[in-house]
Amino acid sequence: MNIVVLVKQVPDSGADRNLRSDDNTVDRGSANNVINEMDEYAIEEALKIKEAHGGEVTILTMGPDRATESIRKALSMGPDKAVHVVDDALHGSCAVATSKVLAAALGRLGADLVICGAESTDGRVQVMPHMIAERLGVAALTGARKLTVDGSTLTVERQTEEGYEVVAASTPAVVSVWDTINEPRYPSFKGIMAAKKKPVQTLALADLGVAPAEVGFDGATSVVLEHSKRPPRSGGAKVTDEGDGGVKLVEFLATEKFV
Amino acid sequence: MSEVLVVVEATREFGVKKVTLEMLTLARELGTPSAVVLGGPGAAEALSAKLGEYGAEKIYAAESEEIDGYLVAPKASVLAELVKRVQPAAVLLASAQEGKEIAARLAVRLDNGILTDVVGLAADGTATQVAFAGSAIVKSKVTKGLPLVTVRPNSVTPVPAAATPAVEQLSVSVTDTDKLARVVDRVAEQKGSRPELTEAGVVVSGGRGVGNADNFKLVEELADLLGGAVGASRAAVDSGFYPHQFQVGQTGKTVSPQLYVALGISGAIQHRAGMQTSKTIVAVNKDGEAPIFELADFGVVGDLFKVVPQAAEEIRKRK
Repeated sequence: MNIVVLVKQVPDSGADRNLRSDDNTVDRGSANNVINEMDEYAIEEALKIKEAHGGEVTILTMGPDRATESIRKALSMGPDKAVHVVDDALHGSCAVATSKVLAAALGRLGADLVICGAESTDGRVQVMPHMIAERLGVAALTGARKLTVDGSTLTVERQTEEGYEVVAASTPAVVSVWDTINEPRYPSFKGIMAAKKKPVQTLALADLGVAPAEVGFDGATSVVLEHSKRPPRSGGAKVTDEGDGGVKLVEFLATEKFV
Repeated sequence: MSEVLVVVEATREFGVKKVTLEMLTLARELGTPSAVVLGGPGAAEALSAKLGEYGAEKIYAAESEEIDGYLVAPKASVLAELVKRVQPAAVLLASAQEGKEIAARLAVRLDNGILTDVVGLAADGTATQVAFAGSAIVKSKVTKGLPLVTVRPNSVTPVPAAATPAVEQLSVSVTDTDKLARVVDRVAEQKGSRPELTEAGVVVSGGRGVGNADNFKLVEELADLLGGAVGASRAAVDSGFYPHQFQVGQTGKTVSPQLYVALGISGAIQHRAGMQTSKTIVAVNKDGEAPIFELADFGVVGDLFKVVPQAAEEIRKRK
């Protein structure tokens, strides 16, 4: 099975994150940039399918030059090769335009199965799998906590508010996964060394037949007008339990009218 | 005034979800709210009284086995046709898994901008969004097409405004491409009578400090006394103390209740990302240096197995 995994480089969600003051985009220059955590689960799932059913795993990333670091990191887990869509005109692209570019790249790669994380930790917009599936005219099985492959039939368990749904489709399809689906492997030393030699193909917009005016700020379907830091919370009263901590807690809740 | 479409979120068990009432309240500021029910046969009838109570002047009902039997795409198809026909001033959906997914497909079909996690929407279409796990506030606007936004639960207070909605049945025409992802089964998982996590006014969460799955009874007991939902930190979920659908944090649910109670939770960034926009936060933790106390309006440094039972007893006394 020919599997493509979408990998996004994001600012580390464990550190302070900002938007740029000049153009209101995510500040990637000053951030510690890492693989979107959920994407590691997508890579793991792809590798497991390859191990069981054969085939090839390709990483697809759209992002600036520095996303190369994340691509190598992804490859060190075991995928075979990568495609990096990089073009200055992409800066400032909205989700709708991003899905156009990724769908164009996927069209060239001809994947049987596209796996991605359910959302990225920077935008948390959660729309990409369905946008891409809509453009490619293929099934989207999203929010998987379990994925079963039986020939060309894919079945996922998808968490819902009330329980879960079992959803099935035939390949080609897009599957998005939550972090409950598996436990990603750590790259081995051998994997890290091998990753340095794995092929990474770069593609520009012209290679994909997408015009610069369709992406970036020019092609954006929405605009960020302004942004500000939310004032940080400050801690309030803190008491040490001396046998009456529970009562004091309830007294506080009572003054706030919760009891 | 032009119509504002509100795509109804409802559950079989509890009917119209609170976020729907919030969206109807928001929609009244922008125009005339019309509720859109996308579901199986008979779905709209059970919901219409409640939708009218909160100002829905009209209900568009698309009811079909095909809507219910496939994932999201048929709903987007129906909605796309409706949007083209009525040319609404805005389309509002819930900022939850399905709402975002329907909106995603709609955006591509209409080549229209989309804004998610919206907590406020002005009459000129300017949306307020919360970004980076509640640490940034963003003002943004759709610049291509109509304002297509997903609204985060607990963003506005639902205000009733009685209306008598006229129900219009929509014809459902679904293409083969819409039917690629079949829903084979829906399995309800036990959750009892507690409110839904993202909508609850009170959330009581347990972390690693709760120790084991059995001890979560303590968390549940306090939640029930406060009429709240139960949540869990990633550490607690990863340790198997509580099911994943109740996980609050960066890789779980984002909650914004009036009251958040953190029990045995250290307050790692992963967790804070999902709860730091809560109105009031209280915490019980045996480590006085735990970062959760930097957020807490009231904190008790102590053993939760002593503090929580005493608090439960005190609440019972006061009732």
